[in-house]
Amino acid sequence: MATVDVDLPHVKEDDPHHHGPAKGLGRWLYTTNHKDIGSMYLIFSLCMFMIGGIMALVIRAELFQPGLQLVEPNFFNQMTTMHGLIMVFGAVMPAFVGLANWMIPMQVGAPDMALPRMNNWSFWILPFAFLILLSSLFMPGGAPNFGWTFYAPLSTTYAPESVTFFIFGVHIMGASSIMGSINIIATILNMRAPGMTLMKMPLFVWTWLITAFLLIAVMPVLAGVVTMMLMDIHFGTSFFNAAGGGDPVLFQHVFWFFGHPEVYIMILPAFGIISEIIPTFARKRLFGYSSMVYAVASIALLSFVVWAHHMFTVGMPVVGEVFFMFATMLIAVPTGVKVFNWVATMFRGSMTFETPMLFALAFVVLFTLGGFSGLMLAIAPADFQYHDTYFVVAHFHYVLVPGAIFSIMAATYYWLPKWTGHQLNETMGKVHFWLSFVGVNITFFPMHFVGLAGMPRRIPDYALQFADFNSMASVGAFIFGFSQLVFIYNVIQNVRAGEKATAQVWEGAQGLEWTIPSPAPYHTFSTPPKVD
Amino acid sequence: MDPRQTQTKRLALRLATAAVAMFGFGFALVPLYEVFCDITGLNGKNFSQGPTDIARIDGSRTVKIQFLTSNPADMPWDFRPSVRSMRVFPGEDKQTAFYARNPTDSWMVAQAVPSVTPSEAAPYLHKVNCFCFDRQPLEAGADTEMPLVFVVDPDLPKHISTITLSYSLYDLTESQKVTQLTLDNDKGRASL
Amino acid sequence: MTKAITLALSLLATPAWADWQVNMNEGVTALSREIFDLHMLIFWICVVIGVVVFGVMFYSIFKFRKSKGAVSEHWHENTTVEVVWTVIPSIILIAMAVPATATLMDMYDTSEAEVEIQVTGYQWKWRYQYLNEDIDFFSNLSTPREEITNAAAKNPNYLLEVDNPLVIPVNKKVRFLITANDVIHSWWVPHFAVKKDAIPGFINESWVKVEEPGVYRGQCTELCGKDHGFMPVVVEVKSEADYAQWVADQKAMKLAMAGESAKEFSMDELIAKGEGVYNKVCAACHQPGGQGIPGAFPAITGSPVATGAIEKHIDIIVNGKAGTAMQAFGQQLSAVDIASVVTFQRNRLGNSVGDSVQPSAIEK
Repeated sequence: MATVDVDLPHVKEDDPHHHGPAKGLGRWLYTTNHKDIGSMYLIFSLCMFMIGGIMALVIRAELFQPGLQLVEPNFFNQMTTMHGLIMVFGAVMPAFVGLANWMIPMQVGAPDMALPRMNNWSFWILPFAFLILLSSLFMPGGAPNFGWTFYAPLSTTYAPESVTFFIFGVHIMGASSIMGSINIIATILNMRAPGMTLMKMPLFVWTWLITAFLLIAVMPVLAGVVTMMLMDIHFGTSFFNAAGGGDPVLFQHVFWFFGHPEVYIMILPAFGIISEIIPTFARKRLFGYSSMVYAVASIALLSFVVWAHHMFTVGMPVVGEVFFMFATMLIAVPTGVKVFNWVATMFRGSMTFETPMLFALAFVVLFTLGGFSGLMLAIAPADFQYHDTYFVVAHFHYVLVPGAIFSIMAATYYWLPKWTGHQLNETMGKVHFWLSFVGVNITFFPMHFVGLAGMPRRIPDYALQFADFNSMASVGAFIFGFSQLVFIYNVIQNVRAGEKATAQVWEGAQGLEWTIPSPAPYHTFSTPPKVD
Repeated sequence: MDPRQTQTKRLALRLATAAVAMFGFGFALVPLYEVFCDITGLNGKNFSQGPTDIARIDGSRTVKIQFLTSNPADMPWDFRPSVRSMRVFPGEDKQTAFYARNPTDSWMVAQAVPSVTPSEAAPYLHKVNCFCFDRQPLEAGADTEMPLVFVVDPDLPKHISTITLSYSLYDLTESQKVTQLTLDNDKGRASL
Repeated sequence: MTKAITLALSLLATPAWADWQVNMNEGVTALSREIFDLHMLIFWICVVIGVVVFGVMFYSIFKFRKSKGAVSEHWHENTTVEVVWTVIPSIILIAMAVPATATLMDMYDTSEAEVEIQVTGYQWKWRYQYLNEDIDFFSNLSTPREEITNAAAKNPNYLLEVDNPLVIPVNKKVRFLITANDVIHSWWVPHFAVKKDAIPGFINESWVKVEEPGVYRGQCTELCGKDHGFMPVVVEVKSEADYAQWVADQKAMKLAMAGESAKEFSMDELIAKGEGVYNKVCAACHQPGGQGIPGAFPAITGSPVATGAIEKHIDIIVNGKAGTAMQAFGQQLSAVDIASVVTFQRNRLGNSVGDSVQPSAIEK
């Protein structure tokens, strides 16, 4: 399909940078190479995943039994808040950006991202932002404790001092995402190899193109809402303060206008990854490529008009409730189409079950379970019983953990041989998979039950009838948490050693990235390949 | 500069502009929220203040108007309606009062913030004159009767037979400089 | 180390009444049953879809394995099939939306209520004001601190019990006017399927008509600060006759309390009573020993307020302190309670000022 370019520099002969990467710390600080930057995003994300994971374990340790054993309620609230913020903004989003950086240029036949220096900036402000956020744990008054959704006035009038640092951190993360998205769109629209029309792009590239537009649309709105908070807290305005003529519910509308597309931002790249992996291991082309593209586009568009389903109990007029209920139910249709298409890809294929495929298959089943609880939540009258209970916690953890996170692990296992040149240790990969699969279900499935039985969210202690399932969930959490040490081991081992991987790596793999050697050379596609 | 680079820079600039525009949109959501609620009348914020030109009285039905009061945390005033509820004919001018007393030993200023339920009723409750239009100062130990003159619009949908008007009394003594005091709002469940 | 031992020991003490409820309660109102039915309907629809989809998927995993010699076919699109599996789910969803909308409209109909109660969420308790009677009281968590800190065994209603439950009559439509005093809270009783956010400065409404007498327990369902998990909702639904009796009793109690504040109390009586008030109302923030939490809540021990001029001490309790979490307890506590807790704080918790105050002085 393509002509392969190995390591021919596309720069002037006397350019000192044209023979591979620089040495030392400077390499990483100043790199504009998409592979380096991709790696940094992924390593950063893994570190954040561990930190957020430790916070989750603090939460689950406290919730193991009724009673307050380990932490004070205020610190517990800091843990739930920081766990959410770190996982959403520090683990999931940077991981997807890291995968985008590594893979998009190679998948479209481009030598690098469109704006390599901005790319470097987009990454390096992230550790800075999270240092600020994490340091708030040690400030007087403690870290933010108002939930990752930071509703006013709890997060304005009643917030600890660290709220200002939280706002600063959010602005920086937002800037990183926006710059990253501009880069991704410019790369995809302007730098595809000749012959690669939009409808020939891999689905991972499509999902990222759409996700990047979502990010540009809504991250600034998040910046707006935290700026309004900042003004209410420090400059005497009353956006969200009833005393001054403002409205706490306005906060929720503006926040969720960002927040709902945000959750699709966290899942669309996952859809793209799964759409790459299943065809490879089923040895059969993705079923219904065009409808898969249209489905992602319609999900993205619809995501703008469903936000108030997070607010069904706020006292909206019934007409508003009905509108948001209908729109939310509607989003199930294109999402369902995607699931059906994945299954149709498997049907009458020729499947093998290497580690990436295991994670992808688990994604299809478990994300769909999360989708079912989502559909139940969409039914507004029933939502009055589910809202702010563990039923919601179960729902979003199913779509985020065996959803987004499993897709990231699948992608890592899938593309690791291409990055490092070493074949996967299948046995250890499967160990990680099965431990994670079992752990994730023991942790989150019981949460459906306690939520239905009446347990609210964000509480450090609970009534006795919720004890048994909470114990189960805590045990599962520790299993899942410690299993991730296997993941870290697997990644580090693969970087260091392993059987040599071929360019093709996986028998059924299609796409430009599989036409170049493994490990991928530092510079690839300096001359664009021809795509037919 | 190679043409692709120019294209890229141009695209990047456009996208950056879009990002800035969305930031502005976020802020624009604030007035947009108010305007949307007003136009669609979906629940509204009742912007009707001052004298109305309602000419007729609908004698075929009465509507119960219920008065509630609420004092947020640091507001120590006694604050209650002189009547808990009254029955009115849509279209007729009615008057009632709210009692307030400052039991502390310093001068204070309060602001009453109204809220109406059901939200559909908000546009139909016209406040001809309300103590919530102004800040209320009270000397230490002093008390007062604060008037409310209102009229229920005869166009009030038939299925609404009770309107609850609740006032939250806030202490504004410290923040004389409160900006954004949009006093044109009768906060019918102020949200869509 | 102590914490680890406590944790290990608590493992051995799992109460026998913890149970394995997996589904929502049907509840005790017509609406709660409607909602339960909707919940089950959508649940079964999801089960059926899941069985079909996962059925095909697991069948494929089993049948179309390379190791079993399966060879992949080469088709990869079919517009008809795509249309079918877009249209059929859409129809199912429209079918679901119809009963859901009907139930939603029922939920919003608050007309013709017979009892009306204003519910106000505070950090961290509820206040109930009966609009057509002169009844107004606060409802605080009454689980003893020792149970929470694992120093005593937990009773069956652990964290779901209050000092003063809300009392309503059975088979009468009760309307709730819901607001909040500080941050957003949310009032939820699962058996009624009533949940509504309590928003400061705004009024929301909801209603219930309970068909079975009994005690129903719920919780606050919106993060509202440190004791969000410790402000339960308890509703006692009584027969008409019992309810009428209760209303009469409340009125009598109010008269009695007014009488109480005219009495003279001894120092010991004040301190004893004050200790109870302190543990119930103040200890949550100022801590049981009066040491406070540095950076968040000031200590009572050695505090300039608690050991200084008594008028200032009373003032800060009655009127609160603007701009802080210290509420104006004048609205929440009786004169007797305030006099008692002031006396207690000044003469215990490491303080020994030696003075006291009578309820009659507070009344002024």
